[in-house]
Amino acid sequence: MALVLDFLIQGVQMALVLLLAPLLTGLVRKVKARLLRRQGASVLQPYRDLLRLARKEVVLAENASWLFRGAPYLIFAATWVAAALVPTFATRLAFSWSADLIALIALLGSARFLLALAGMDVGTSFGGIGSSREVMIASLAEPAMLLIVFTLALLAGATQLSSIAAYVASPELGLRVSLGLALVALVIVAIAENARIPVDNPATHLELTMVHEAMVLEYSGRHLALIELAAALKLFLYVSLIACVFVPWGLAIDEARPMAYVMGALAFGAKLVASGLLLALFETAIAKMRVFRVPEFLGAALMLGLLATLLLFVSRGL
Amino acid sequence: MALTIALGCAAALLAIAALGAARGQLAGFFKPSYGACLAATVLPLIAAGAHLLDAGTPDLVLRLPLGLPWLGAHFRLDALAAFFLIVVNLGAAAASLYGLGYGRHEPAPQRVLPFFPAFLASMNLVVLADDAFTFLLSWEFMSLSSWALVVAHHRQRANIDAGYIYVLMAGFGALALLLAFGLLAGPDGAYDFASMRGGERAPGLSALVLALVLLGAGSKAGLVPLHVWLPLAHPAAPSHVSALMSGVMTKVAVYGFVRLVFDLLGEPAWWSAMVVLALGGITAVMGVLYALMQHDLKRLLAYHTVENIGIIFIGLGLALAFQANGIGWAAALALTAALFHVLNHSLFKSLLFLGAGAVLSATGERDMERLGGLIHRMPRTAVAFLVGCMAISALPPLNGFVSEWLTFQAILQSPQLPQWGLKILVPAVGGLLALSAALAAACFVKAFGITFLGRPRTEAAAAAHEVDGLSLASMHLLTLLCLLAGVLPGLVMDALTPVCQALLGQRLPAQAALPWLSIVPLAEHRSSYNGLLILCFTAISAGLAWHLLRRVGAPGARRAPIWDCGFPVPIPATQYTASSFAQPIRRVFATLLFRAREHLHMPPPGDPRPARWHVEIRDLVWELLYLPLAGAVDFAAGRLNAFQFLTIRRYLSLVFLALVSLLLVLAAWP
Repeated sequence: MALVLDFLIQGVQMALVLLLAPLLTGLVRKVKARLLRRQGASVLQPYRDLLRLARKEVVLAENASWLFRGAPYLIFAATWVAAALVPTFATRLAFSWSADLIALIALLGSARFLLALAGMDVGTSFGGIGSSREVMIASLAEPAMLLIVFTLALLAGATQLSSIAAYVASPELGLRVSLGLALVALVIVAIAENARIPVDNPATHLELTMVHEAMVLEYSGRHLALIELAAALKLFLYVSLIACVFVPWGLAIDEARPMAYVMGALAFGAKLVASGLLLALFETAIAKMRVFRVPEFLGAALMLGLLATLLLFVSRGL
Repeated sequence: MALTIALGCAAALLAIAALGAARGQLAGFFKPSYGACLAATVLPLIAAGAHLLDAGTPDLVLRLPLGLPWLGAHFRLDALAAFFLIVVNLGAAAASLYGLGYGRHEPAPQRVLPFFPAFLASMNLVVLADDAFTFLLSWEFMSLSSWALVVAHHRQRANIDAGYIYVLMAGFGALALLLAFGLLAGPDGAYDFASMRGGERAPGLSALVLALVLLGAGSKAGLVPLHVWLPLAHPAAPSHVSALMSGVMTKVAVYGFVRLVFDLLGEPAWWSAMVVLALGGITAVMGVLYALMQHDLKRLLAYHTVENIGIIFIGLGLALAFQANGIGWAAALALTAALFHVLNHSLFKSLLFLGAGAVLSATGERDMERLGGLIHRMPRTAVAFLVGCMAISALPPLNGFVSEWLTFQAILQSPQLPQWGLKILVPAVGGLLALSAALAAACFVKAFGITFLGRPRTEAAAAAHEVDGLSLASMHLLTLLCLLAGVLPGLVMDALTPVCQALLGQRLPAQAALPWLSIVPLAEHRSSYNGLLILCFTAISAGLAWHLLRRVGAPGARRAPIWDCGFPVPIPATQYTASSFAQPIRRVFATLLFRAREHLHMPPPGDPRPARWHVEIRDLVWELLYLPLAGAVDFAAGRLNAFQFLTIRRYLSLVFLALVSLLLVLAAWP
């Protein structure tokens, strides 16, 4: 019975992330528009965009290879699998043990590797510039992310997400400086990984500093739909990761009562809306950075992550 | 039985080498030669595999009446030797299979065919040796036969230079190992490993031995700053030999380190772990940064070997740290991670060098700036090379990720360590490891993207053709093994338990029996990973997306000119190059470490000369360590030169003085 329940939760989670991810993107866009005193498109607009793209014909460059055609499917699949393994409303996912936090990050790394290669496949300078900058940003963001994982794992004694969430939610954890530093670092990494302002601008196609959009410039039709959906899933993943690790309250941790799941879902909805509002507010308030300021921005995350790890040895919980 | 097979095959390889010396210049001789090499490496591979997997077998020992008359030649096959025998012969078999197809492109077969089997035999003998004399003799034989292969194409000046530096460094390394064995054997001269094992040694002596082993085995493996010969020598050899040198010979050096430090030296001191860890971390990051600056495909791969050796030494250092503090299970985890990475690196580095060899034989180019678009002309090589690139970048679900994941799990046990130095150093090294993994991914996006993707940059790249079937078979075999080791890591970890048991007296829990074939090195609520499930889920999700989109959307795809934001330029030279791809990372990391500077020479208006731009990258290890050293040797040699032109009376008085001083030393000796 418990096994059936676990599989059910896993199935709900997989559908949930896929269905809700475009909504989060739509929400952020809507709030940003309102903050700029524009009307903005409906929050449902990303769904319409995806559907329209999926129906459109694919136009491939003359010399696009099989890698270019296959990459969107793999990028989407890897991101979806990763997003489905981060607990959103309940930790009892049937397959959460198949990848711990380190493996999740590496899985996103696989998707990025393929995307960077796809950007170089046609052989345009835009694709090259996007890939080259993407790997530069990743080469700083990934170690910062792993240092954050170290901090969490050293605290909780585990890299399993459900164990970390259970540890953070338990009353034995006091206020810790390391967790605060790790949270700041994780937010910086999430902004960089999701190509948000100030690192990259998701709303532009013709700016010399663009990264993500330059890589996917040659994509069209269903391929582009998959890549857009993967990008939405990735944003969703980072939001649920931050929610799961730093604000696990409301999350159904090893619960079997149906009420706990309803509460978990409601709490997660609230966290999602709050993070969407905060992200939009942050993006509106800050200006885009020059590309060679990004290493300093991410270097700060790296240093915070290292500091958080080292502080664990000298600090005590309050 | 297994030991006899392995020794017999080594003898057979030596016989093939002798035949190669006699008949190597005959056209078509490469076929029987490489075929016999293949047979003589597959046999010990199977024998060693059976020995390692059959848990109950005792160590096999054999003493042959060779070598020093009072010592003889001792050989021994224990779990560690069996594991490294598998690594050596797997790489050797793949290289031999590749050679069967690739051999016809060899312009001077008589310079390769005698030395290739000799090289294989010597690596087998190093792993099997059970006394210092046999070990050092095989080690030197390995260095010399590989040196002969490095200078096989001796008309190129660069190869001769590479060979010269290689032979210097190899000689230096062997000297360090000789002294280390001398110290281990003690004044009684007990040169067989059995009597060296378990002896009580003063801490100072152990420290000296460790330093000498780090110099000797570390220079062969390519630890920074002893790596300088490696990126010169490995690419200079024919490609299948490069695969062997990078994929396998560096592993034999790791074997030397493990055998001497974990087996013979006895109980480690905790600070020795700090030295190994720090060296490993620095080597990993420096190696990958060097690699990022390269645009020669084979040299990039060679520098990457330096990075992977760093990762292996991080694992070994962790094992030393835990072992010194009596935390056996964590030491077993770290050692398993390091040895798993040994196997993984031998698989994907051999694969990548064979792929680079395929590119070289198809286009005649090693410079990535002159390649491009090969995915269309060489699709099968491209698949193999892509899998190799993903594996070496530590991406799931391939094998490179598993060993790095295990290393990270070992790093996370650092709070168990009592010493503050280690407590602080281990997470910092973890940061370096994460940095090197991320940079490796960047480096291999560059290597694959510039070489295989985009549009061809030269005629040679546009006219490339797929390589022969046997070379492809060899590459695809390694590709398959990379995937298998990635999705079924539990089997490899279980095969490594006898090694951990023998060296550390501790073992990891058995993995193969766990449900769903997961790996759980410690406990399930702490960490677990399942490559098979991740692969299945990703494949199913991708298939699902493909199927659904085919039903919803317009079928097929229309080909059209490149879009490029509306301004496509048809000249291939407008694409990103290897150096422009690395430019952001160069600005972030190399400005300090390599003193990288970009110079732009812009002629004044009206001057018809073209504008020029070049990047200056300096190798500080070379400039600050080796050039002064070479200068000092040169200076000393110049001064000592005076002794060659003395009169007979002065020579006699010198001899007399030397005698007196030696007698004085003896008299003053306590």
